[in-house]
Amino acid sequence: MRVDSTGSVDTVISCQRVSKEFSSKRGTTKVIENISLEVKRNEFVVLFGPGQCGKTTLMNVLSGLDTATSGTVYSLGEKVVRPGAERGVVFQSMALFPWLTVRGNVAYGPKARGFEKSVWIEKSDYYINLVGLKGFEDSYINKLSGGMKQRVGIARAYCNEPEVLFMDEPFSALDAQTRYLMQEEIMRIWSTEKRTIVFITNNIEEAVYVADRIILLTNCPAKIKKEYHIDLPRPRDYTSPEFLSLRDEISKNMDRTL
Amino acid sequence: MNRKLFLHLLISILSVIAFVGIWHLFTAVLRVVSVNTLPDPMKVFTSFIKKFSNPNPDGATLLQHTAASLQVALTGYFYALIIGIPLGIMMAWNKYIDRFVRPLFDLLKPIPGVAWIPLMIVIFGLGIASKAAVVFFSAVVPCVLNSYTGIKQTKDVHLWVARTFGASHHQKLFTIAIPTALPHILTGVRVALGAAWVAIVAAELLGATRGLGFMIQQSRGIYRTDIIIVGMLAIGICGGILTSILTIISNFLLKGRR
Repeated sequence: MRVDSTGSVDTVISCQRVSKEFSSKRGTTKVIENISLEVKRNEFVVLFGPGQCGKTTLMNVLSGLDTATSGTVYSLGEKVVRPGAERGVVFQSMALFPWLTVRGNVAYGPKARGFEKSVWIEKSDYYINLVGLKGFEDSYINKLSGGMKQRVGIARAYCNEPEVLFMDEPFSALDAQTRYLMQEEIMRIWSTEKRTIVFITNNIEEAVYVADRIILLTNCPAKIKKEYHIDLPRPRDYTSPEFLSLRDEISKNMDRTL
Repeated sequence: MNRKLFLHLLISILSVIAFVGIWHLFTAVLRVVSVNTLPDPMKVFTSFIKKFSNPNPDGATLLQHTAASLQVALTGYFYALIIGIPLGIMMAWNKYIDRFVRPLFDLLKPIPGVAWIPLMIVIFGLGIASKAAVVFFSAVVPCVLNSYTGIKQTKDVHLWVARTFGASHHQKLFTIAIPTALPHILTGVRVALGAAWVAIVAAELLGATRGLGFMIQQSRGIYRTDIIIVGMLAIGICGGILTSILTIISNFLLKGRR
């Protein structure tokens, strides 16, 4: 357990006054403005906001794939300057490797880090099983359905055993039915194997269903508008009055965009 | 399914039969052209069979000529692969290597392989080396170009995934970029084989002491059109067999991707 720069114990990832601008010929666009946040160990945090408000940019900055224009990101108290194995990412486009089997994809991280074969076989077996893909170890990615692909993406990120998992709208490409199913699945997986998760979505129902805490962002540039601690018992019911009233309240506070 | 396959086979055979039939009609039946100018199919067939054991009129049997051509072509082709593929990969992966090699490569690229024949014969004489060099120059260009294009297909998001898993620059090349490029690399390998086979025959037409091109050239001098056609058939059959072997290999290497 380490103490980070903000002095709080057991913070896995945090950022202070992070802003991000993109410059082009037409001038500079501010995408993120002055965001400070902290994510505690095993917390399920949802970054929720309208349309193209810079959620993915924020995730890129937090994971180290991109650098902030100003402000600092800390991971376990250390400054983040580049991506690292302790910060896993599940991309919106899934970004699975089509030249590898399910096993090859899931075991990629441990293999890249030089674990012995027996170790990465064991690890990948465990996580393939966890996401419910037992029996598909030797299937190639193109043979899988959308939901199965996203399971592979989750297993691949989990299998590298990162401190924090970033998930960028992981279910946005799925059809409605599969999306509900995967929301249940991610809850089941997370309850079995607790991890710190930073989950991005623009779907209010999904946000309320999965989150310990929802960080509501404004439209471009993204600022923190409000935070909600969701303490509804799990598994949650999409149709319960408490669920619906939370959903309403957060929706009302969300910026409207076209 | 089987009936459909049979039908397709039948249609394919029909085209060959029709071609040979028309050829037979114009030569053996109608005698539009003299037998010395264009022999009939039966004559070519018997010459083809005889040529397996008969070294006349050019000093070697059909198999000896074929082996000579294959030996030279495959030598040049082999060097083209082991130099061209890594060169293309390195040019695509490292911009300094690209800058260094590109001016020279762009200058040599438009020169057809056969344009090297006179110079190579002057330098290396009529032996294996000159013709292998011509084959090399013809085959190396598609190897470089396709490997380069293939590596350039690498998706940024795949590289990001690798980075979040802690993969090194070296690992990104070998576990992400090269697997991405493999279909293109194999296309280059196939195109290069075609180019190599064209180059060897062209080189042998101009200067050789053995080989299918040499056999054709010798037969032209003594008006043995039947042997010219035998040589052309042997070239076609060999090229076809080599291409099929490569297709089988690349289908094996790319299994699961489609």
